[in-house]
Amino acid sequence: MNDAAILEPKAPDMRLDQVVKLAVMAVGGQGGGVLTNWIVDLAERNGYAVQATSVAGVAQRTGATIYYVEMLPESGRQPVFALAPAEGDVDILIAAEMMEAGRAIMRGFVTSDRTTLIASSHRALAVSEKIVPGSGLADSSAVAKAAGESAARFIAFDMEEMAREAGSVISASLFGALAGSDALPFEVETYRETIRASGRGVEASLAAFEISREAAAQGRTPTTVELDKDAPAPGGTLPPAATPVEEDAGPERMAGPDGMLREWAKLSDRATALPGPVAEMARVGLRKLVDYQDLDYGRDYLDRLDAILARDRTAGGEAKAFEFTATAAKYLANAMAYDDILRVADLKTRRGRFARITDEMRAPEGTLVQVTEYLHPGSAEAISVMPRRLGAWVEARPNALRRLDWLVNRGRRVRTDRLAGFTALYLAAGLRRWRRSLLRHGREMDHIDAWMTAALGRIDSDYAHAVETLKIRRLIKGYSDTHARGLAKFDKAMSGAALVEGREDAADWTARLIAAALKDPKGEALEGALQTIRSFTTAGSA
Amino acid sequence: MAKPQPKGSPMAERSFKKEIEHLRIGAGETFRGEGILAITKALLENGVGYVGGYQGAPISHLMDVLADAEDLMAELGIRFEANASEAAAAAMLAASVHYPIRGAVTFKSTVGTNVASDALANLASGGVTGGALIIVGEDYGEGSSIMQERSHAFAMKSQIWLLDPRPNLPSITDAVTHGFQLSEASNTPVMLQVRIRCCHVHGAFQAKDNVPPPLTVKDALSEPRRDTNRIVLPPASFRHEHEKIEKRWPAAVDYIKSHGLNERFGPDAGKVGIVLQGGMYNGVIRALQRLGLADVYGDTDVPLYCLNVTYPLVEDEFLAFCEGKDAVLIVEEGQPDYIEQALRSILHKAGHAVKIAGKDVLPMAGEYTGQVMLDGIESFMVRHAPDILPDRGRAPNRPAAPPDLSEVVPGRPPGFCTGCPERPIFAAMKLVEEEMGPHQISADIGCHLFSIMPPFEIGGTTMGYGLGPASNAAFDGGGEKRPISIMGDGGFWHNGLSSSIGNAVFNKSDGVTIVVDNYYSAATGGQDILSSRASNRTKATKNPITDALKGVGVKWVRQIDRTYDVGRMRKTLRDALTTDHEGPKVIVASSECMLNRQRREKPLLAKAIKDGRRVERPKFGVDEEVCTGDHACMRLSGCPSLTLKMPDDPLRDDPIAHIDQSCVGCGNCGEVADAAVLCPSFYQADLVHNPGKAESRMARWHRRAIDWLQERRASTRLAREVVR
Repeated sequence: MNDAAILEPKAPDMRLDQVVKLAVMAVGGQGGGVLTNWIVDLAERNGYAVQATSVAGVAQRTGATIYYVEMLPESGRQPVFALAPAEGDVDILIAAEMMEAGRAIMRGFVTSDRTTLIASSHRALAVSEKIVPGSGLADSSAVAKAAGESAARFIAFDMEEMAREAGSVISASLFGALAGSDALPFEVETYRETIRASGRGVEASLAAFEISREAAAQGRTPTTVELDKDAPAPGGTLPPAATPVEEDAGPERMAGPDGMLREWAKLSDRATALPGPVAEMARVGLRKLVDYQDLDYGRDYLDRLDAILARDRTAGGEAKAFEFTATAAKYLANAMAYDDILRVADLKTRRGRFARITDEMRAPEGTLVQVTEYLHPGSAEAISVMPRRLGAWVEARPNALRRLDWLVNRGRRVRTDRLAGFTALYLAAGLRRWRRSLLRHGREMDHIDAWMTAALGRIDSDYAHAVETLKIRRLIKGYSDTHARGLAKFDKAMSGAALVEGREDAADWTARLIAAALKDPKGEALEGALQTIRSFTTAGSA
Repeated sequence: MAKPQPKGSPMAERSFKKEIEHLRIGAGETFRGEGILAITKALLENGVGYVGGYQGAPISHLMDVLADAEDLMAELGIRFEANASEAAAAAMLAASVHYPIRGAVTFKSTVGTNVASDALANLASGGVTGGALIIVGEDYGEGSSIMQERSHAFAMKSQIWLLDPRPNLPSITDAVTHGFQLSEASNTPVMLQVRIRCCHVHGAFQAKDNVPPPLTVKDALSEPRRDTNRIVLPPASFRHEHEKIEKRWPAAVDYIKSHGLNERFGPDAGKVGIVLQGGMYNGVIRALQRLGLADVYGDTDVPLYCLNVTYPLVEDEFLAFCEGKDAVLIVEEGQPDYIEQALRSILHKAGHAVKIAGKDVLPMAGEYTGQVMLDGIESFMVRHAPDILPDRGRAPNRPAAPPDLSEVVPGRPPGFCTGCPERPIFAAMKLVEEEMGPHQISADIGCHLFSIMPPFEIGGTTMGYGLGPASNAAFDGGGEKRPISIMGDGGFWHNGLSSSIGNAVFNKSDGVTIVVDNYYSAATGGQDILSSRASNRTKATKNPITDALKGVGVKWVRQIDRTYDVGRMRKTLRDALTTDHEGPKVIVASSECMLNRQRREKPLLAKAIKDGRRVERPKFGVDEEVCTGDHACMRLSGCPSLTLKMPDDPLRDDPIAHIDQSCVGCGNCGEVADAAVLCPSFYQADLVHNPGKAESRMARWHRRAIDWLQERRASTRLAREVVR
């Protein structure tokens, strides 16, 4: 060529548009490599020149990984392919997890002029999402929204579940979705040939491939309901726990002797008769408490609710859909069903539990399932199940306390599929009958009274703040140290709520305190929020 | 405890046994596969006499391929060593100093080159007779796990020639051939640099026959040679420097020129041109393609001078390329900009007026990704040759900025695998921290370095492989609290035994060291090391770390054979931190890497179950009603299989713990819940496959008795059906 030829701008090579650029974004361990190898095989099978690259090494261990493939119909001459995806230059982006789809969008690999985004809508939670004491879950619907706007085509559904149901792994259903999307100009049969040629777990892979292919061919994107199910909003819903239930079991129904069930029906009617928004929560609360203790306990709960409702009414709660009583119905039930040894022992010795575990573990026919519980009771737990007076007596004597701790405080592995281990827990669960006379119960009831009194004390002056005061109860959870930490946070938040009392934005501040308390285990954020409150409340009074 | 490994070959996470067969193909056949396999094949085709190296991404798999190909190499008379370190690997090239034998070693760079540089400098000073090739995996840019530096500096300081071939199989394999020949022609070791993606690029090249080395290392032993002039000691060492400049350098430049190692693409003449490292070729072409200045095959309208040899530079080639051009762009990834500086110096000396662009339109630091390259080349063209840009290039249609999801998408750094035996070690450390407050902790290189991330956040520095304890040396004198250091078994054998443990013993360190022993060099892909428990046909394994510790004089040694015993782990650590023993305290915490254990045991267990033998498989579960959703267990775990679910209960606000199907039943959840006195939600379910008759009968009897008790209670109470 000479200078003239260079100065004459030529049109871009039209074959460049035929180069298919495909990136796979996955979490290390998901099998992105397998999928990439399949895509390479598929391309070669269809007479394409293909190049694949990956990033290997330590980056793969559970971290975000990326694989990249380029292909062009074979022409006898080797094209020059790039080794990594570039922003705005990706035709097909396969994300093996919802947040990885988000990462791809963020990195500019998904553009509306060209990119088909194929994503599995399921979540593999990152460590940062899991360690928050409250809910630190990332917002999948934000990613779905961004995907809808950024991608030329967006295909997403739960490919993980599809693969699992077919007894395969996600690489098979991702491959199926790629086939179904029709983003590559290849016959479906060549995909199947690729899977068959891989030689391992072929039947299961093919099964996962087919369901996913069909779903993708219909161009499925997740509905809001599905996203809510698969992909929770922050602090919102996650997939409901897959508690395998007995076939005839209704989530709403109670089981037990007929006489008790008749009594139950009456109580249940009483809860249903409460005003609409209250009734819903009251029914669930009632069920929880009767299950927790007995019918009388449930009756006690409804009596308390009646009294609260009456106060709510005089405070003008009707105009606010009795929000106070509805909130009380929720948190009072939780407070009354406090977590103690008896409760744990009861739940671990229930009739249906063994079947549930067998099911959850997917134990095949003929296998034995041995169940070991990891328990670690301390002296505090031992005292909590003592009668009120005895417990208080021991508690007041450091020597007795030390001896008791020496006696009980150690980790215990209890085999509940064996009679001996089971009986120990069974007997502990049987103490339920005397629960009302135990030390812990008295304390819990006092605690509830103080909390409820504080909330009710605000109902006339600041209804919203009274409701938020009830919600502080959310901070109490866990056992032993965790429980103690929760109680400390509760006390702090209550004191903060008292400080802001009388301010117009008191409810907002209390809500903020709760959110802060749920952010980190040590309560640093809560302490910070309290400092802020103190700064303006004391400044105001000075 | 792990059962002895049944097969006798070196094991690693990935086996290349299948691919190895392709290494046997000869002339006329097409070789298909990954970059690292192509390099191996090229070594065999070029009559290499010995190979070695040390694993580490991105060339870990090259070591695995070599290990798996050991039989094939033995047939050809090639010696393979899995060297103890990069220093050992580089030192092995000494065989090429006096003997006309070709040798090749490989390691990760720059970290491996750092370790190797002592031997490399000596090797380069005396020079070589047989071709000596150092294949460095340049761990730079996305996917890298190390500090961002360049191997280029090592080449320059020791005068080792540096090849940076275009990232495709024919170019890489050519580079191996020319690397050996260049090394022999100039009596200088040659470094062949391959980047991360290049190592794993899938492609094809025309194979040649494998060639056995004309002189094997075995033969050489029968006829030993020496030449005092090649040994690095005065006065020879002074002569070496002159030799490098006066003889070896010109010889290298001659070879590079006469064999056309650097390539020219595009038109001969033009107003502008691009000088690029070979490794940047595909990226440059892609940018030109997107600007409409190149076609799919890389035929470009812009003249390119492609440096497949980036050191030494060939002055007259470069000056000829600049002839008649107004401006030249230098595409050189990483910093400092050694090549640009050198080329500018050449032009300056020659009094050439061509304008040079480089680190002005392209960034000084960071990887040259697709977008960076596009922006850089485009801005160069706009500035210096706007007329040749097609319309699209002149007024590009920029995509809108991508939506900002940075507040939504959580980071996903690498972490401990499901069931990792290192997790409970750090859980125990976290518990000790809660009791005794934080300590000064130094970390090391290896999977255990993931401890610095949430949820553990343990460890403040990482100074190098096997240098964890050494990097706490300033604190060896002790104080109110003791310093703690962590080191893996890989680092221990690589360098740690002398540099860290020996150092601590000699200096009477008061510190505590935890040696994390997972039976492999795990982070690099599960290669065997001295203390591996597996039987290895060609390597001596099963050398206990504790013996080595005692051998160098450590008196306070504690061996923990099951890291999952969090209580014991915590107690041992507490003892180490409080004992009045003088001198270093070393805890060896041993449990097999779960990734490798699963890979090894899974097929065996599946077969045992199929054969009707009794097999117990543990798994963990959470009683959803018992879990209160505080996630304290997560903060001591971070296990991928321990995740969250929303309880099916409108009364509860927060997600609860859930263990998914990927659980391998390591026991960490239960142990931590117990040791940290967290909560009783966890249970262990052992699935007994093919139970014995007596055992089944006993289980039925227990079941019946339990059923009776349960029925009895159920008949006197109400319970929710779902949890009745």
